[in-house]
Amino acid sequence: MQISVTINGKTYAHDVEPRISLAQYLRETLNLTGTHIGCDTSGCGSCTVHVDGASAKACTLLAVQVDGCEIKTIEGMANGSEMHPIQEAFKENHGLQCGFCTPGMVMTAADILKNNPNPSEEEIRHGLEGNFCRCTGYHNIVKSIQHAAEKMNA
Amino acid sequence: MIPAKFEYIKASSVSEAIGLLEKHGDDAKILSGGHSLIPAMKLRLSRPEVLIDINGISGMNSITEDGNEILIGANCTHADIVNSDLINSELNILASTAKHIGDIQVRNRGTIGGSLAHADPAADYPAVVLACDAKIEVEGKSGKRTIPATEFFLGIFTTALAEDEIITAIRFPKVANGNYQKFFQSASRFAVVGVACVKDGNSVKVGVTGVAGTPYRATAVEDAYSGSSDAASHAVDGLEDELMSDHFADEEYRAHLAKVMVKKALEA
Amino acid sequence: METFIGKPVKRREDNRFLKGAGKYTDDIKLHGMTHSAFVRSPYAHAKIVSVDTSAAEKAEGVVAVYTGSDACGTIGVPCGWQVDFKNGETMREPMHPLLAKDKIRHLGEAVAFVIAETLELARDAAELVDVKYEALPAVTCPKKAMASGAPKVHDEWEDNAAFDWCIGNDRAEVEAALANAHHVTEMTYKNHRLAPNAIEPRSYIADYDVNADKWTLYTSTQNPHLVRLLLCAFALGIPEHKVRVVSYDVGGGFGSKIYHYTEEALLTWASKEIGRPIKWTSDRTEAFLTDAHGRDHIVHSKMGFDKDGKIVAHLTDEFCAMGAYLSTFAPAVPTYLHGTLFQGVYTTPLIHLNVVAPFTHTVPVDAYRGAGRPEATYLLERIISKAAKEMDMDPAELRFKNFISPFNGTTEPGYQTQVALQYDSGNYEGVLKRGLEMLGYEDFRKEQAEARKNGKLLGVGISTYIEGCGIAPSAVVGSLGARAGLYEVGHVRVQPTGKVSVFTGAHSHGQGHETVFAQFVADKLGIPMDDIDIVHGDTDQVAFGMGTYGSRSLAVGGSAIIKSIEKVLEKGAKIAAHKLEAAEEDLEYAEGKWTVKGTDKSISFGDVSLTAYVPHDYPEGVEPGLDFSSFYDPTNFTYPFGTHIAVVEVCSDTGKVEIKRFVACDDVGNVMNPMIVDGQIHGGVVQGIGQALLEEVVYDGEGQMVTGSYMDYAMPRADDIPMIETDRTTTPCPHNPLGVKGAGEAGAIGSTPAVVNAVVDALSHLGVTDIQMPVTPKRVWKAMQS
Repeated sequence: MQISVTINGKTYAHDVEPRISLAQYLRETLNLTGTHIGCDTSGCGSCTVHVDGASAKACTLLAVQVDGCEIKTIEGMANGSEMHPIQEAFKENHGLQCGFCTPGMVMTAADILKNNPNPSEEEIRHGLEGNFCRCTGYHNIVKSIQHAAEKMNA
Repeated sequence: MIPAKFEYIKASSVSEAIGLLEKHGDDAKILSGGHSLIPAMKLRLSRPEVLIDINGISGMNSITEDGNEILIGANCTHADIVNSDLINSELNILASTAKHIGDIQVRNRGTIGGSLAHADPAADYPAVVLACDAKIEVEGKSGKRTIPATEFFLGIFTTALAEDEIITAIRFPKVANGNYQKFFQSASRFAVVGVACVKDGNSVKVGVTGVAGTPYRATAVEDAYSGSSDAASHAVDGLEDELMSDHFADEEYRAHLAKVMVKKALEA
Repeated sequence: METFIGKPVKRREDNRFLKGAGKYTDDIKLHGMTHSAFVRSPYAHAKIVSVDTSAAEKAEGVVAVYTGSDACGTIGVPCGWQVDFKNGETMREPMHPLLAKDKIRHLGEAVAFVIAETLELARDAAELVDVKYEALPAVTCPKKAMASGAPKVHDEWEDNAAFDWCIGNDRAEVEAALANAHHVTEMTYKNHRLAPNAIEPRSYIADYDVNADKWTLYTSTQNPHLVRLLLCAFALGIPEHKVRVVSYDVGGGFGSKIYHYTEEALLTWASKEIGRPIKWTSDRTEAFLTDAHGRDHIVHSKMGFDKDGKIVAHLTDEFCAMGAYLSTFAPAVPTYLHGTLFQGVYTTPLIHLNVVAPFTHTVPVDAYRGAGRPEATYLLERIISKAAKEMDMDPAELRFKNFISPFNGTTEPGYQTQVALQYDSGNYEGVLKRGLEMLGYEDFRKEQAEARKNGKLLGVGISTYIEGCGIAPSAVVGSLGARAGLYEVGHVRVQPTGKVSVFTGAHSHGQGHETVFAQFVADKLGIPMDDIDIVHGDTDQVAFGMGTYGSRSLAVGGSAIIKSIEKVLEKGAKIAAHKLEAAEEDLEYAEGKWTVKGTDKSISFGDVSLTAYVPHDYPEGVEPGLDFSSFYDPTNFTYPFGTHIAVVEVCSDTGKVEIKRFVACDDVGNVMNPMIVDGQIHGGVVQGIGQALLEEVVYDGEGQMVTGSYMDYAMPRADDIPMIETDRTTTPCPHNPLGVKGAGEAGAIGSTPAVVNAVVDALSHLGVTDIQMPVTPKRVWKAMQS
């Protein structure tokens, strides 16, 4: 099935099989391997991307469903070599270890902060409930998002 | 994980979707938010041959005021509901319920119509539509009809929807005094027990999900209620043989939790 | 000059991870690569009656289909550790086949392997493989597996025992001391089974190059060289020098990616058969069913005390599941990584542990974060808290009474335990004192008493742990059954321009080696961190290595690098002395240059490096180049320790536990990067909290897994956890050059009993003395009812 999708500002047209998920399409067809697949059933959040500005789990969307949509992935967060403030905050606060859940965390963090620029610790933790991290114990992820909020509000 | 092969059709109108359902019968499934269906298809527990995507149908994702009622299009996402000023002010119970469904990403995609049609026995909305006496507006080959929430849920993953029918909207009365209390299962975050309570003076309507295979109105609680939360002790009256049991909550604990959460809801 | 040791240097690897540019195995695509899928058993125990692959073979895009009847069915993966029976009988070591042929021994065991042009087609074809099974009764509990008449996992032996084992003092002597003890505290419980759940599923690509007659295996392993050794020498019998194992970025391991798995060997074998690269990435269901699990001990324990509360004896019997086959390190986990820590931080004079390790119809059990030590710590810290309650003593006071006194391991000797090990250095009362201070223990007890009056259930739980890390002295582990040495290799290659490439056999899968190793190399060489590159995870680049687990990377791997740095500086000094026309002994090295003492004559590291590679004006008898590799074999384990304290509130209506505070004071020896150490502690603590409150692999009576997805296996989420309050004391390791002990597992070891102790403490006035983990709302509520 023919689809046309704008990803990180660039428009692509492809013929995809309906059963291919958005996550697979990004990884296999476009080689955007920053979107990771951890559980493939919308549990872990590693595959989080933005679809028309809202976070979504790319493993549980079919590529054909996002025909005509604007997608942003982790690869689209930095401005060239300049990292997004959320990315910077994750680095400064050691908000990642193995890096596998990280793209999903960053994309979810961006959605949290978009809707709530000054979240409390509790709101951040609640906002992260769809994202698993097995390395950091979430401590420094929460701190990273707090720090990112400060930077972005400054 | 890859679903078995299927044909994907994006319906552009309700009548087109119904026509497709009629044509493909059992082989077809409606794709709404897809957050229960797609994982099931990936695990190949569900293998429709035709997937009818209704997300593009116009007019099914609005939230409007209609006199004393609020009409919510079936394609409204949980996030739409959480963020709706109208719902927050006139039907707060629904917004506060939606806030606790899934997670941010799931709320951005999952829909109220999809959730109700799927009828997961641990889903949250059923308790609320029951307690609010909402009406489920559906459309099928023989036309439109309205199903009262109390007649909608028939069992685990089973509803009063005919094979060729889809939910188009949910009609809620405005609710001034309602609340939803959820005790979630620690892995899935679905409800072990979810209790919606709508109060009007000394009368109360209580919807319960997660406890029995079919969500129910706790009529024994409603009958016993006269302002005191003691009525919560009747939360599972008559359902002793229908209580669900799993690794997280056996019948005994679930029945206890039902009473605790009903009490909480009555006191809220 | 800027130094780096001890500073919270930000991680250099984060740049790629944060941009989505990490290179995990599943991200790799090779030309002509095929994809694959497994047909796995839906039964835990069954006879395979027939396997019909004809439809699958004819399916679209299928390249090959293999079953246990093919040559690969006669190949098995080996076990890396041998623990023989107490009576001398050799450990029972079944063949662990790449594909099951006649019999299924655990749910999810692979029966057929389908290779196709795409993943979709491989999955479609796998569904067409028609396997007929005859289901048989299964046993999944290690204790029931030893009952007479239990279904047998392997028919060739008379019962399910893989081995039995004991350690410590003579059992009769321990029993006698218990009989005479003033007070005996007893516990029976299960240290339940866990699924490791690295968020990156296992992923492999095998690529056989027919022209070069060489294999490359890209694998998500913690342990590339050991995988190569086991693959070549034991599983496939292919030449080690023709196999390259590559492990770039790995998305968490926690033990589960140490082992050599059947899929790695099968893909490598099949890649030569079809002459093309093959990729397989586990899905989450397969991860639950086939990644080696952790824990699963059934424990019965007694601890005796004198009238003053001094421990007089400790006797424990355990049944520890091995699963259907022996995974790489499995026999070591409930024995040498477990029983040897039964001294804990206490002066217990008499200790005896007896272990029976049966096969069960489950996926194999192996090391999972902490491996044997969390199980030992859970036992000691729970039973001591339980005893304190029974003897009406404060749990902190009972610990202080029994602590081993502080010793530094240099001017004071190490502490010889009753269970084989000699601790290196420790100050156990120090960490407990600090932990109590951080919490405000006295004030908390007052708050708790007040809260109880109002019906609020608050509890505090203490755990003071020790663990054995820096695995391990080769001769010692060899005498204990290890089939490999556990040294590490560190190779320092100084380039002509003075830039430095460091090759380490340790492997980072989140630990930050690229940063931390560069920190201490920079300090030791007196050069900028930017001049140093850390290379790991490729057997063609790194000479050899034993991988990363057992909190060994810095203590063992770091020490190997230090040895090579010493060699570099020693040779550099010869070159410098020649260039400076001075005697070597008159030189000193600091801040990246050799200086003739007392003069301003000096030569920089860069100039010496260049001279080494352009040896025109060069000392006689010295080889060109500046490139050294070293093996470091530690003389002892390292012994980090610490105190973890949890404060919980239990909901009296629902039984739900909320962690209000979590305090951790750890002593991991010298700290290279406090930011990273804290991060390791946070992560470990939360995994330990996960075990205490949430996570559990449950098999039903037929061996079906009840908790095989994230809908049923409860992972800790951000909103289950509070901020973790951390602090440290520093007791350097006396026997390695950096004085480091290891921090990777500490959190998971200390936290679990702290949480359960806190829950029991919160309910103690209701008569609750123990609750089986995980302490779910249901279990807590039921405990409150009885």
